[in-house]
Amino acid sequence: MQVFGSFALLLAFVLACYGLLAGGMGIALGRGRLQASAERASLMIFPAVLAAAICLLGLIFHNDFSVAYIAEHSNRALPFYFKFAVLWSGQEGSLLFWSTVLAAYTFIALLTSGRRHPHLRPLAAVILSGILTFFLFLNNFVAAPFASLPMGTPADGSGLNPLLQYSQMDIHPPILYLGYIGFSIPFAFALAALIKKAPGDRWIQVTRLWSMIAWAFLTVGIILGGYWAYKVLGWGGYWAWDPVENAAFLPWLTGTAFLHSVMMQEKRGMMKIWNVGLIFATFFLTIFGDFLTRSGIVSSVHAFAQSSIGNYFVVFLIIIAAVCLFVFIRNRGALKGENRLESTVSRESGFLFNNFVLLVTAFAILWGTLFPVLSEAIQGEKITVGREFFDRINIPLFLFLIFLTGVGPLLAWRRTSLGSLRRNFFWPALAGVATAAVLLALGVRAAYPLVSFGLCAFVIVTIAMEFFRGARVLSRRGRSFPAALVHLTSRNTRRYGGYIIHVGIILMAMGITGSAFNKDVEAPMPYQATMQVGPYQLISQSYTQDDNPNFSSEAEMIEVRENGKYVATMYPSRRFYKASNQAESMVAIRSRPLADLYLVYAGDDANTNQPILHAYWNPLMMWIWIGTLVVIFGTLVALLPNRTQEPARPRPLAEKSAEPVPPEVAVAN
Amino acid sequence: MRSVTWKFGAIIVVILATLGWLAFTAVRDSKAYFVTVTQLAAMPPAEAHARSLRVSGDVVPGSIRKGAQETDFKISQGGRVLDVAYTGTDPLPDTFVDNAQAVAAGHLLADGSFRASGVQAKCASKYEPKGARASGAAPRASAGAM
Repeated sequence: MQVFGSFALLLAFVLACYGLLAGGMGIALGRGRLQASAERASLMIFPAVLAAAICLLGLIFHNDFSVAYIAEHSNRALPFYFKFAVLWSGQEGSLLFWSTVLAAYTFIALLTSGRRHPHLRPLAAVILSGILTFFLFLNNFVAAPFASLPMGTPADGSGLNPLLQYSQMDIHPPILYLGYIGFSIPFAFALAALIKKAPGDRWIQVTRLWSMIAWAFLTVGIILGGYWAYKVLGWGGYWAWDPVENAAFLPWLTGTAFLHSVMMQEKRGMMKIWNVGLIFATFFLTIFGDFLTRSGIVSSVHAFAQSSIGNYFVVFLIIIAAVCLFVFIRNRGALKGENRLESTVSRESGFLFNNFVLLVTAFAILWGTLFPVLSEAIQGEKITVGREFFDRINIPLFLFLIFLTGVGPLLAWRRTSLGSLRRNFFWPALAGVATAAVLLALGVRAAYPLVSFGLCAFVIVTIAMEFFRGARVLSRRGRSFPAALVHLTSRNTRRYGGYIIHVGIILMAMGITGSAFNKDVEAPMPYQATMQVGPYQLISQSYTQDDNPNFSSEAEMIEVRENGKYVATMYPSRRFYKASNQAESMVAIRSRPLADLYLVYAGDDANTNQPILHAYWNPLMMWIWIGTLVVIFGTLVALLPNRTQEPARPRPLAEKSAEPVPPEVAVAN
Repeated sequence: MRSVTWKFGAIIVVILATLGWLAFTAVRDSKAYFVTVTQLAAMPPAEAHARSLRVSGDVVPGSIRKGAQETDFKISQGGRVLDVAYTGTDPLPDTFVDNAQAVAAGHLLADGSFRASGVQAKCASKYEPKGARASGAAPRASAGAM
């Protein structure tokens, strides 16, 4: 198995090299057959890498601890559903996983873009082969997953990190990877289009689907990471501006900017240079994020490996930057815009500000993340900036973004008249001000939460009005109102799917704003002791212990009361994992729409031996997760093709055997 | 130049200036100097006592004493030992155990001990935790505002 896996990896590397070199030569020299064979090689990388990945998984499931990677990341008692996670829980395995996903994307993208875009595909295949060459080089020569242990086979492995033994961890890395890696496809087609000086819109049409899918996966992947941190790590929060978190957030910001600014190009033929720049930057940032998390250049609590693999990434990043810059400068003439900005109050300017804010945010976060590196290089002293830095800069920027989310869609293309502004914004603005006023009356005094909730109400009302107006027009023609809503959305899925995504983001913003009101208490909780957190009284009822082959555990039984009435019993506990010798707190969480109650068994007092309980009351937490589900739903809607005609009537039986008519794909709004 | 360009320029300059000011004050208020225990000992006393610091070292085995109000422990590095009193509000991370690599964030007191408002730790042991960070999701382990 090991030999077969290594061979498959080597074969994949050779295929990638051939796809890059022969494909490049074939295109440069105009040799059609050479280029066609190279393209087939690019397609075959996927089966080869997949074989290697399946091989590694097979060895993991067979507990073959002669393989160093498996001995270090797995053990016999590990439940089978976590054995999948072993594949991506270490350096070698996760790089193999990266190559597999990238090869799969390449395979599907090349096959599906086949007939419609014959002129861009060969070059995109070469570029994707180039990216794969790099990762397969790492798989083969730098971080080989099939390497044997030098000192023979141990009886058992050292186990999977207990922090990763959660269902969220089974899906968070693959989904995040699907997001990260997915941006390679639009990047490859954008670069191919620029090299060929193809009309700017074509690559956007080819890759629209891909950038949306990658964006959605990246969004969900990031949130799942936060969800895992919240459920597992027991510090009451979900985001700490750690370098690894920032590494995933940076391409999300530029990717979001890209998804918005391509609309300017499609509708008005503007911003062509900008769009190419954004997709280049997004791809660069995904590889940069990979570099940041694997090189150990900035210290993170996400325990980085101290390995020299970062050097290879630096070389690769320099190559990417050089190629992009070279092509960009040489062929920038092909990117001339067709229109100019006409007014500061227009849809275009809304997009422009949206892009500007997203990019400034990305820059500020990048700067804060690299501050220790920069300060050491310039001043000779390592200076770090904390959470406070990121919060202080990003909160106003995010609030401005929320504002733009509401304003943008209501502005007309080219220019907006004062009259239509007043008509469109009266109710939303009123709702925003009213919300802030009510909260003020309820005793909320902090400025940012007031502004945030006010803006959220403003945006929700603008979106609701958009749906309402559209559906009302349709319902006058004899449809029921809900049917009109569905019809409205299906006629322009991108626009209304986009609005649904905005609703999801606003719900998440509300959940995040809720953290301004968090409360927490820590105290020893011996039998019958009580504490108060938020509206809840907690009473310690008993203490239990348990033992199984994977871990031993101790738990406290806490009775929760609200206004003297019993509401729940919760069991915060601590586990001790035997294979890895690590302790871990198991958080007990009671989620309600208004607030979460979050209990952590924080250990025992050294002097009295009493168990210490840390209780958090986190308002509106749940809305972050609900908002994410709404974002997923909105993305699915936006991915549907538009329905341009009335739905077909039930046909006579005779026609039923006829081929179904494919839904017509029209250029969306 | 067209007036639209000017208006845009002006708005962007205003936003950038505001942010620049925010960034400047945020760095001024939240920056901390990252040093090892040895480097801390070599720092001029005036600087060491005035600055916000993040000190890294290994947790001395058996030195962790958890109390209701504060947790005391020692970290060592390069033969030097630093007494730390953690008074932050967040629970200590699970990875904070004997021999772990720890980073204490806080201030040096006049008596030479260290008052930490935050502690981060990662296991130094056999658990080469090189794993998850690859996925962007490695063991996060921190307490308090770092």
